[in-house]
Amino acid sequence: MDLWNLRPVTLPAELETLRRDIRAFLGAELAAGRFTPRCDQWLGGWDASFSRRLGERGWIGMAFPEQYGGRQAGALARFVVTEELLAAGAPVAAHWIADRQTGPGLLRFGTEEQKHTYLPGIARGERFFAVGLSEPDTGSDLASVRTRATRVVDGWRLSGTKVWTSGAHHAQTLVVLARTAAPAADRHAGLGQFIIDLPHPAVQIRPIRLLTGEHHFNEVVLDEVFVPDARVLGEPGDGWHQVTHELAMERSGPERILSTFPLLAVATESLAAAGRLGERCALGSVVARLWALRQMSLAVAGRLEAGGVPAVEAAAVKDLGTRFENTVIDCVRMLTQVEPDPGATDELPRMLAEAVLHSPGFTLRGGTNEILRGVIARQLGVR
Amino acid sequence: MNDIIEALDASVRSVCGKYGADDEALRRTDGWNPSLWSALESIGVTTLSVPEEYGGSGGDVVTAVAVLEVLGEYAAAVPFAETALLAGRLLAGCGVQVPPGPLAAIVAGPELQVQPTVGGVQMSGVARRVPWARAAEHLVVLAEDQVILLRRAEGLVAQGTNIAGEPRDDVAFDCTVPAERVYWLRGEPQRVLREQRLRTTLARAALIAGAARRALELTVAYAGEREQFGRPIKKFQAVQQHLAAMAGEVLLTKIAVEAAAVAVDTDSGAEVAVAAAKTVAGQAAGLVASLAHQIHGALGYTEEHPLRHSTTRLWAWRDEAGNEAACSAVLDQHVLAAGKGGLWPLISGAAYVPVPTKESR
Repeated sequence: MDLWNLRPVTLPAELETLRRDIRAFLGAELAAGRFTPRCDQWLGGWDASFSRRLGERGWIGMAFPEQYGGRQAGALARFVVTEELLAAGAPVAAHWIADRQTGPGLLRFGTEEQKHTYLPGIARGERFFAVGLSEPDTGSDLASVRTRATRVVDGWRLSGTKVWTSGAHHAQTLVVLARTAAPAADRHAGLGQFIIDLPHPAVQIRPIRLLTGEHHFNEVVLDEVFVPDARVLGEPGDGWHQVTHELAMERSGPERILSTFPLLAVATESLAAAGRLGERCALGSVVARLWALRQMSLAVAGRLEAGGVPAVEAAAVKDLGTRFENTVIDCVRMLTQVEPDPGATDELPRMLAEAVLHSPGFTLRGGTNEILRGVIARQLGVR
Repeated sequence: MNDIIEALDASVRSVCGKYGADDEALRRTDGWNPSLWSALESIGVTTLSVPEEYGGSGGDVVTAVAVLEVLGEYAAAVPFAETALLAGRLLAGCGVQVPPGPLAAIVAGPELQVQPTVGGVQMSGVARRVPWARAAEHLVVLAEDQVILLRRAEGLVAQGTNIAGEPRDDVAFDCTVPAERVYWLRGEPQRVLREQRLRTTLARAALIAGAARRALELTVAYAGEREQFGRPIKKFQAVQQHLAAMAGEVLLTKIAVEAAAVAVDTDSGAEVAVAAAKTVAGQAAGLVASLAHQIHGALGYTEEHPLRHSTTRLWAWRDEAGNEAACSAVLDQHVLAAGKGGLWPLISGAAYVPVPTKESR
């Protein structure tokens, strides 16, 4: 079974230099009070100026070739940048989707004109994307999308409703998955991806607020939106393959492990300050798992860098990692005995509140854990 | 996988397949498998990670760990870790040739006294639960700054086992060992002891990785054969979800163990890495064993079914060389020592650059 060929990765020395540079940058940002560390910042931390400062340093779209504003860095370099940003609780939501999936998708499936139009802006940390995948009746069963793309002269006309579209109210560009042909026996056939610049008169964006009242998700209604042929991404009909390729890549990153790490770091410091570290082993077992999960996520990044498509390994990282993110919360609760308080000025109760209130999303976004386990089960040959 | 490890993996697999455990044979040979040992010896595996100039076949800890994973899969009743990674490397560390044949490794504890005497050392007392002592031709004892090489017959072996039936013998000593078999450590004693403990713990974690993989494979196969309610039980989502959960733990353990082996070879964050790997292996051992039995139903709970070879070892090995609590406590100490802002560098294994915080602004 291919699963057992996954091997650990040792980062080359130049990436440790890169890591030092990012740490120094983050240290300076914190010292200047330019951001406040928080949990789950790749969903919640939209800060366009922070993204631009990262872009100036070449830390967004790193994998792009130089002519599109990148530095042709590999998956491991991006891994180092990403994990340092997440561990520090930095606000990375603005460029997150563009850097992680839309950029690589454009690079792989886009036309030359599309690449020149979009990739340099992504790499500068100026052009932000949202992706319209889920629908009111389509969650994990992505092949059931009903948003319709109808062929017209010189393009397509799109109608339908997308939900849970993170950041659509800020993003300059939206990529929509839509049905280009009626559902057939092969449910995965007849889908396509379409690029729509925002704001657009025929696209309505309405907030879907989280249980905290925060506005990150949106409902996006497309009412006869004309998309010219030049803004079709890849091949009409091949959308399923394109999207699942992106999803496989987005499942294994450090953001599936580290969403609650800033909480763990703050709790550790609070326990140490109170002289209460080392009295129980609960923290050690969490640290052990975090260390191992990071090695596994890194190993998948190594496989990606070598040109592999480790979709099943990625699913395993996400299943284990996102459950771990919740374990961190329980560990901190038990060890610190602090009451979560979103309005607290102290970091620990505030972060605990943020983590608890964001926790339902961890094991839902990007494919529920039940779906991921189904992916693994198929590899095991039992489905 | 690099080519050397891939070739080694294949040849150890083939030898284990040929000379693998047969309960009846094991009973006749006191619970170990001498024919498998000879076969491993003939392909040059038994002294892997011991430098060639000291009679070993070279290689690093990463290579030895790859072999241990396969031996764990096959529930191989041979003292490979003890001979190669532990006793063999101790002797080589003193600049001494490693004798042929299986070895057992002992770290002298408070119950074992080693005193200088005319022409050598006087040994008295007992070493408890020594893995494979009865199978060893020589016993290698680490006593502070000395390493002592004994013939097995110089100790009195009282047989004991772990819950998988593997030899864990008490060895009593009352003998004088001549000076030509007493060696001085070349390295700093505390460091040698620390490294010996790390390799002991890593070896058990690597065996767990292999046994867990076998338990999963047996369970996947069984779920495809066993029919209930008119279909194979693998068709039930509840069973599929259990199997997927097992696979995740097995993969996590494998990666953790192999990454820890790299950390030991490069001496970078080895103590954190090994403690983390054994903690994760211990957690996985419990989960994988219980789900494997759950899916096998009552059949897996019987002596006639091979599942027990894997699960009894998982249960035994998780408590040997430091269980989850003991290894977690090691990590707790590291977290404490890392201090403010030190948790992430500890995890990422990178040199720590202090990040200014609000208080220090």
